[in-house]
Amino acid sequence: MKISPEYAVQMRGITKTFGSLMALNKVGIDVKKGTIHAILGENGAGKTTLMNILYGFHQADEGEIFLEGKKVFIKTPHVAIAHKIGMVHQHFMLVDNFTVTENIILGNEIANKLGIINYKKARNEILKIVKKYRLDVDPDAKIENISIGMQQRVEILRALYRGIDILVLDEPTAVLTPMEISGLIKIMHELTKDGKTVIIITHKLKEIKSSSEFCTIIRRGEYIDTVNVRNKSEEELGAKMVGRAIKLVVDKDEAKPGKTVFEIENLHVYNERKISAISGLCLKVRAGEILGIAGVDGNGQKELVEAIMCLKKVKSGVIKINGKEIQNTSVLNVLKNKIATIHEDRQKRGLILDFTVSENAILGKYKLRPYSKNNVLNNSEIGKLTKKLIENYDVRPKDCQNSLAKELSGGNQQKLIIGRQITCEPDLLIAVQPTRGLDVGAIESIHRILIEERDKGKAILLISLELDEIINVADTIAVIYNGNIIKTFSQNEADEKVVGLFMAGGKVGANARKNS
Amino acid sequence: MITLTLDDIPNILMYSTPLILGAMGGVISERCGVVNIGIDGMMCMGAFTAATAGYFLANPWLGLLFGGLAGGLIALLHAIACVTFNADQTISGTALNLIGPGLALFISRLVFAGSTQTLTVSRKMPKIFSQEVSGIFRQINIDVTSLIALIIVILFWFVLYKTKWGLRIRAVGEHPAAAETLGINVRVLRYACVIMSGFFAGIGGGCVTLSTVSCFSPTSISGQGFIALAAVIFGKWMPHRACGACLLFGFAQILTVKLSGEKSLIPSQIIAMLPYVLTILILILFVGKSVAPKASGKPYNKNIC
Repeated sequence: MKISPEYAVQMRGITKTFGSLMALNKVGIDVKKGTIHAILGENGAGKTTLMNILYGFHQADEGEIFLEGKKVFIKTPHVAIAHKIGMVHQHFMLVDNFTVTENIILGNEIANKLGIINYKKARNEILKIVKKYRLDVDPDAKIENISIGMQQRVEILRALYRGIDILVLDEPTAVLTPMEISGLIKIMHELTKDGKTVIIITHKLKEIKSSSEFCTIIRRGEYIDTVNVRNKSEEELGAKMVGRAIKLVVDKDEAKPGKTVFEIENLHVYNERKISAISGLCLKVRAGEILGIAGVDGNGQKELVEAIMCLKKVKSGVIKINGKEIQNTSVLNVLKNKIATIHEDRQKRGLILDFTVSENAILGKYKLRPYSKNNVLNNSEIGKLTKKLIENYDVRPKDCQNSLAKELSGGNQQKLIIGRQITCEPDLLIAVQPTRGLDVGAIESIHRILIEERDKGKAILLISLELDEIINVADTIAVIYNGNIIKTFSQNEADEKVVGLFMAGGKVGANARKNS
Repeated sequence: MITLTLDDIPNILMYSTPLILGAMGGVISERCGVVNIGIDGMMCMGAFTAATAGYFLANPWLGLLFGGLAGGLIALLHAIACVTFNADQTISGTALNLIGPGLALFISRLVFAGSTQTLTVSRKMPKIFSQEVSGIFRQINIDVTSLIALIIVILFWFVLYKTKWGLRIRAVGEHPAAAETLGINVRVLRYACVIMSGFFAGIGGGCVTLSTVSCFSPTSISGQGFIALAAVIFGKWMPHRACGACLLFGFAQILTVKLSGEKSLIPSQIIAMLPYVLTILILILFVGKSVAPKASGKPYNKNIC
């Protein structure tokens, strides 16, 4: 394609290496002005790196960038902002204990010569933009008190406040609820209507279909193709992304549930602010069954898991595994009773990022023989276990045993955790958001692993904010709302719309999301 | 019986002044994300340099300025270690606490014929009123350095909460990556804040040797820097609150002086521990509850995040 002013962004021959790792190899992209352009790729494909180069956060080793046909050198984010490029990162770049207004004006303050900030004027400017693009944002709220969805709107608002023409969104939907996602897509369309260009980095095929016009696909640092989204199916896009045909619907046989393994009766739990987070919750999970808990974030999912794992005190109620009560005992006791958990935040609760993969592989097992004897670790046994995990759960790269856990990609970190937890031979496996932020390939294999475990007769409690995931994988679907299970469906009677309705509290249009 | 009168105000302030300035140094450094436990070493170097410069130049104001510069110079080492080389901030700070007094005594021996005590300065820092005033003015005739310290507190508060520089400093201390993506140069800002931190700590040290006493001795600075750091935590990293904490410590110091003046059953050595015991008590009671700037103590390397 020729370099032309019709294109908001054109990047040519971008190459970037991190140490010995080739993140991008001669990648190019052409983004037409006033369009929504998706960049599709698996985790670690280099899509974020490409955009970080556009935003001046990293510098390319080789390659050129053209904005509206003019060659530019973007050395720092400051230069990018001056070229009217804004970026919303996957992990929000917001200061938690600042107000929305402070976060937005930071680095671009409305101030007099002495540097004294005119907050009133800044606030009015912000409100003007809020109105223009119909963003629902309270300029005076503190970041720590607003929902993830609103935080994201603050990020977008911050870019708009700087008068940007090109907005880059890095995995914007990873943390949003279905309702918030459609809200975001609406905002993106408002922006393009206003002549702005939106680039969205994602690995979610469904959202590309519903939002973008064009899509550039990157695989392992290499440019694959740019397609017109309208002419391609989700499956076709996915195949280009992973380099082989993929299945979007999970294959599985009918569940053959056995006896009840795990039971919760009339559970009450408080949250940190001493407000009831779980109130009278009851549920049962049977052997050979996946019970999926669907719900909007902040409806008690976090407290439920913490209460089961004895990380949080139960106010009243009973939690039973194999008939034995475990509430308010200790984490060790829960583990001994064969409950294993794949925690939501793999980097905080799942792994010790600065430990090696083998060290992480024996977390929770290091006291057991043969991994240790008389308090001395047996490295050859640990090595064997790690090799087995890497092999069985397809953790890549294959020789990562002695690499630090933080060097693995998110999907591989998650596979390592899942493998570790499953080799504990649990009777109940709790999986909380097991595929959060992962790409299609990794999601596919994680779902397959969960179903295999089910078929082996394990009870599985799957908690996810992704309704698709629940409906696809779970045999029984329970909707959590306000700390209670308000409705249970079997998989074949669950319809996305109906379940979604109950997730919002059963009322049409109700916004169930609470500030958390 | 111990009684406190208006007369004690100048003394309380006199003891508090070095603490306040040291605490301001701590506040500015930690607010931008660099833990500075080297305040004591910087104060020590500042105290020595101020006394020496004050002696040779016969001008306490210049002495104070040199004290600040010496503190700033030591702080520069901290900044180089912590900001450029991402060193562990606690270890770097500890090193400075050892370097500060060591270097001060070494130079003192060189300059003052082997003595670890500097010669007495001819002019001390003045008080806000001349000696001739009477009545209430005589009672509240505080050191000019105390006044300067209080003004600096107000200035710090204003800069941190009302200006764009303050907003940026606070942002860098909470979330440096966010600040960087908005075009704020984290390293430059951290350098500036750490050097400023040393400058004010140095002036704080200078207040001891130019206002409280009139020369530098090895015991001039004995833990004031650490008390100042306790005040920073007690004051939740806010200039005005940290200042309040320093005044409380100053008050404890006066109480110590008064108590040991009395014929008392408690040995004076025990009483002399009062300010330090108070420091520990306050740390026990408040450390868990006050929240430090989130990025404080963490090196920032944008290629890792």
